Amino acid sequence: MTSSKAPGDRTESSPPAAIRTEALVKTYPGVEAVRGLDLLVHPGEIFGFLGPNGAGKSTTISMLCALTRPTSGGLWVAGHDVRVSPDAVRRSIGVVFQGSTLDDKLTSEENLAIHAALYGVPRRQVRERVVAMLTLADLLDRRRSLVRTLSGGMKRRLEIARGLLHRPHVLFLDEPTVGLDPHSRAEVWRHVHRMRSETGATVLLTTHHLSEADNCDRIAILDRGRVVALGTPAELRSRIGRDRIVLVASDPGQCSRRLADSLGLSPSVEDGALVVRVEDGAAVLPAVMAALGGSVTSVSLVRPTLDDVFLHYTGRSIGSEPAEGGDA
Amino acid sequence: MSPAPTVPPTAARLASEGRAAAAVWKREMITFQRERMHLVISLLQPLLILVALGVGLGTVVPEDGSGVGYVTFLFPGVLVMAIQPPAFATGASILWDREFGFLREMLVAPVRRESLLLGKVLAGTTIATCHGGILLLFAGLAGVPYDPLLFAGFVAVLAPASFAMTCLGALLAVCVPSPKSFQAATGLLLGPLVFLSGAFFPLNGLPSWLVALTALNPLTYAVDAARRVLVSHLPAGAADGMFRGLELWGVRPPVSGELMALTVFGAVFLLVGARRFARPD
Repeated sequence: MTSSKAPGDRTESSPPAAIRTEALVKTYPGVEAVRGLDLLVHPGEIFGFLGPNGAGKSTTISMLCALTRPTSGGLWVAGHDVRVSPDAVRRSIGVVFQGSTLDDKLTSEENLAIHAALYGVPRRQVRERVVAMLTLADLLDRRRSLVRTLSGGMKRRLEIARGLLHRPHVLFLDEPTVGLDPHSRAEVWRHVHRMRSETGATVLLTTHHLSEADNCDRIAILDRGRVVALGTPAELRSRIGRDRIVLVASDPGQCSRRLADSLGLSPSVEDGALVVRVEDGAAVLPAVMAALGGSVTSVSLVRPTLDDVFLHYTGRSIGSEPAEGGDA
Repeated sequence: MSPAPTVPPTAARLASEGRAAAAVWKREMITFQRERMHLVISLLQPLLILVALGVGLGTVVPEDGSGVGYVTFLFPGVLVMAIQPPAFATGASILWDREFGFLREMLVAPVRRESLLLGKVLAGTTIATCHGGILLLFAGLAGVPYDPLLFAGFVAVLAPASFAMTCLGALLAVCVPSPKSFQAATGLLLGPLVFLSGAFFPLNGLPSWLVALTALNPLTYAVDAARRVLVSHLPAGAADGMFRGLELWGVRPPVSGELMALTVFGAVFLLVGARRFARPD
C-alpha cells in the first residue's frame, strides 16, 4: 500500500497522514542512502521499518526529523512540510535515537525537566507531566536516581518517556531494543504499546529483528533505500512462507503417511528428514509429536527469519553483501 | 488528531529561546555543584603558583619602597589564570556532549542552535567567575586586603574575562572535530595567552612586535584591569614600579575600556562560533 495520492489530492475533510514521503531521495557522495521512498503512515499507527544496516532506515528518520536535508523528494510530518517548516515539525515529534542521548550525570527527573524547557512545555504543567511520564515508564521510584545508575532497559524506557513528554503527534524510535536482553526488550515493547494507547501518538520505529515486527501494525521492508514490501506482519509472513517442522525419524515413509492420515498434513522428505510446512509450527508441533509417538529421534521448528524475508523479496541473502551507505 | 502546533509569535518565540538557554545553563550548574572535588583540585594549581612562584620570585624581585611585594603583584594574574581551565571546559563539554549523545537531544529540539550555545557560554562564564571568586578567599596569602569593595571590583573584571575566554573556548570547540584535538589546541593556546598577559611580569618593557601580540590577547586587559583595581586599594606608593600598569604604544587604556574590550572579544568569538554551530549537517 504505497501512497497513490498526490499532495494536491488531500482534502480538508480527511485527516492528514502522520507521515508521508514522496520519491524521497538522499544521496551522500558515492552513496545512495535513500532511493525514491514513498510512504504513508496513518495517525495512531505503529509502523515499523525493517531492514539490514545500511538500508536507509536511520537516514530516513533523520530527514523526517529535519536533521538531514533530503536531496530531492517531498516529506510531510504531522501535516507540516519538513522542508518548509522544520521547526513546526520538531515541535510535533519526539525522537529516540539509536544511541543514548540522556545526560547520565543528571537524575531521571532532571533529564525530563530539561527536555520540557527545550520543548516549551507550559511551566505549570512540567511537574505533573514529568511525574506522569515517569509513572508510565515505571520509573517513578527512580526519579532522583542518577541516570548512570539505571539499567539499559530503564534508560531506554526513560528515553521513550522523555520523547513523549511534550505530547508529540509522532514518535520516532530508532532501534529501540538494540543492545537489550530479551526481558528488557519485552518490557520496552510493553511500554511502547502502553504509551501509544495512552497518548494516541503515531510511532515510527526501525528494527532489524523480524521477531519484533509483530509489535507493529504495519511494516515496510527496506533494502538499499527502497521499500521492497509493505503490509501487516501477518500479511508479510503469509507471503514469505511458513514455519517448518523438521523431523528425523526411523521410518520417514511411515511417519509421513501417519501424519497425512491423522492430521491431514502433507510432509515432504528433504535430505532424509521429514519436513512439514505449516502456518503456526508451535501450535501444530504437539499434535505431530503425539501422532508419531516414539519413532522420532529429533525435531526442530524453523521459523522464517529476516533473511528468508529478504531472500524472498530481493533474491539475495542479507549477509551476502557488506552493509553500505552508513545507517547514521 | 488535534491540530498540529503552529509557530508562535515573536515575543513568545524569544521567551522560549531564553527558556531553552536557561535550561542549558541550569544543566551545567547542576553538574558543577555535583563535582565539588573537581573544583577543589582545579583551584589547587593557581594556589600553588601563587605560593611557590610568588614567594620564590619574591626573594629576587626587590620590593618597592611601599613594602608591597611580588606576591601581591602576582595575585591578579593568578586570579585571571584560575578562570582559564573552567572557561575552556565549556568548549570541551560541547564536544563531550556530541561524543555521549546529549548534543543530539538538544539539536533536535525546536530551538535555535544559537540559544543552546548561549546557554553553554553563560554557564561557563558563571562557573569560571565562581572559580576566581573562591580564589579571592586566599587574598591574605598575597597580602591583598579583605575589602568588600576591592572584591566587588575583582568580580567585575573576572566576569567579562570569563565570558571572553569561555567564548574563545566555544569557538575553538565548534571548529575542531574531537575532544582530543580540542585538548591539544587549548594546550597550545593557553601557555602563550597566559605568559603574554602580564600575569607574571609587567609588559611595558617588551619589544614592539610582542606588544602587538599582547594587544590582541584578551587576558592582557583582564590582568591589567584586575591589577589596577588592586592598586587603588594599596598604599599610595605602590602605584609605581611594577604596578605602573599597561601602556600600549604610549596610551593607557581606561579600566572601563578594558572591560568593554573583554566583552567585545567575547561577543565576536560567540557570534563567529554560533554561525559555525548553527550550520546544519
